[in-house]
Amino acid sequence: MSASDIREASLPPSTSSAGTATTSADAPAAVRMRRRPTSGTEGSVAWNIPVYVILAIYAILIAYPLFWMVISSFKSSTEIYADPWGLPSTWLVGNYAEAWDRGISEYFLNSVIVTVVSTIGTVTLAALCAYGMVRLSHRTGNVVLVLAMGGLVVAPQVSLIPLYRLLDATGLLNTYWAMILPYVAFRLPMAIILIRSVFLSVSKELVDAAIIDGCHSLQVLRHVYLPLSRSVLVTAAVLTAYFAWNEFLFAIVYVDSDAIRTIPAGLMSFRDALSTDWGVLLAGLVIAALPIVLVFAFLQRYFVAGVAAGSVKG
Amino acid sequence: MIARSRLVTVLYVLPALALIGLFVYYPLVANFGYSFFRFSAGAGDMTFVGLDNIERLFSDPVIRTALGNNVLYAVVSILFQVVGGLIVAAWLTRLLGRRMGAILRSVYFLPAVISMTVIALLFTFIFNARGGLLNAFLDLIGIDGASTAWLADVDTAMGAVISVSQWQSVGYITMLYVVALQQIPAELYEAASIDGAGRIRQFWNVTVPQAKEMIFVAMILTVSGAFTVFNEPYILTRGGPGNTTQVLATYMYNQGFFQNQMGYASAIASVIFVITLLLSIVQLVSFRSGKD
Repeated sequence: MSASDIREASLPPSTSSAGTATTSADAPAAVRMRRRPTSGTEGSVAWNIPVYVILAIYAILIAYPLFWMVISSFKSSTEIYADPWGLPSTWLVGNYAEAWDRGISEYFLNSVIVTVVSTIGTVTLAALCAYGMVRLSHRTGNVVLVLAMGGLVVAPQVSLIPLYRLLDATGLLNTYWAMILPYVAFRLPMAIILIRSVFLSVSKELVDAAIIDGCHSLQVLRHVYLPLSRSVLVTAAVLTAYFAWNEFLFAIVYVDSDAIRTIPAGLMSFRDALSTDWGVLLAGLVIAALPIVLVFAFLQRYFVAGVAAGSVKG
Repeated sequence: MIARSRLVTVLYVLPALALIGLFVYYPLVANFGYSFFRFSAGAGDMTFVGLDNIERLFSDPVIRTALGNNVLYAVVSILFQVVGGLIVAAWLTRLLGRRMGAILRSVYFLPAVISMTVIALLFTFIFNARGGLLNAFLDLIGIDGASTAWLADVDTAMGAVISVSQWQSVGYITMLYVVALQQIPAELYEAASIDGAGRIRQFWNVTVPQAKEMIFVAMILTVSGAFTVFNEPYILTRGGPGNTTQVLATYMYNQGFFQNQMGYASAIASVIFVITLLLSIVQLVSFRSGKD
């Protein structure tokens, strides 16, 4: 993937939120919308019906299990078993309290700590690195870019065992750092590439003007580059948070103690402890899923921007 | 003064590069080295065993099962995600109004933001033999005797595991495509339609060529995802029953952290890396030569 693809893709797509229909990419879409009734009717309305049916079935296949998870989290185990389809006869809100008390609260807090530190660390280091890259000579900057892009090719699975020994040797195994440091390292390439592509478009005149005004180099970063790159910074942060919140492999291998487990790993021991208490287990699953779903709901366009950048799935 | 500012610039780049070097590149190199040793998870010594681990890879029947499962994963994922996702995206952008299209693609995308642990544990409820949602549904529509233990049955376990991955990922790839398809100028479709091209011809002659780059990205994502997959089989089946749902990553984890054969596990990790690297190179080359 070339840098220009990433640069284009990293602009928040105008179509993802209704309010910002100002970019040029919107014009064809608007034209298409207006003309569709006349150009799209080749006696093919009958054609559309099976398509609508397929799309509706697909939507139900996705939505129903999630809906079922939420509804059943208010039921007792016996009721989930006896009447899987119905609404709860009594809504057991207590399932949530019990799930929270029986471990989820701790995992939740750990996930928040690991996610926040990883996200701040990744975005800060990536912004500094991207800033360094635009200041370096063209050739040196490209060497750094190639190193970052190469990092995208390496799957975390491949590093599992050497990293285990490295963390063991440095005494970091079984600490928050055993998750945070690898998360930052594996998300940095994505964040650097995204942020650099936007930094490249910052005009040289603005930078020179700031220097004439007496800004030293860190102030130039803070007052010129960062304000102009807000949306890409949020995109990088959202993608890192998404990765850190959901990461599973490192979290189960590098952390033994329940006291610092994050939600994805903690849910496994939660499940083992609650093998028969289905309602409570489902309540735990809902609590685990909720924050990232809310982040998605509110910051959807940044998710979409990140998705469009392509190679960023965890 | 200039020397000092260059030093400062290097300091900006250094922390990020140091972390990537230490936690991404060093383990990659070390892993190849480890493949020639025998050692355990504790602090014990490493014994050089030459090509023993590599030879074992070729004679280990579980490796064949695992590799077969990874290939199956890749094939199914290409069909559902790369092909199916493109068709769904085309429908969403061409047939539905803007609002409806936006709602549906968000619904489809939703599973992609939820942790695989949550999804996999939810699907254990669906696949349960007794009281499972799938069997209850089959009963409901009148398919009797459907008390299959989907995840415990040798015949259905792999299919069940792969279907969970599709459930999570098709919407993600669809979203990628939607973003790409929205950039296609409407004039291209109008021109094709004036030339008498129907829906299907328009899809082949306009949508597919215009979305070529995204199809390429989707291929890389799904195929490399298929060869590194870990979470779904690990949480749903732990590679069982027997070793029927073992994939390379779960087998590596099993050998390293349960059998305590870290050297052999490293050799398996090297296989995963070589496969993903080869796939990236093949796809990159074929993409480059296919361009213009």
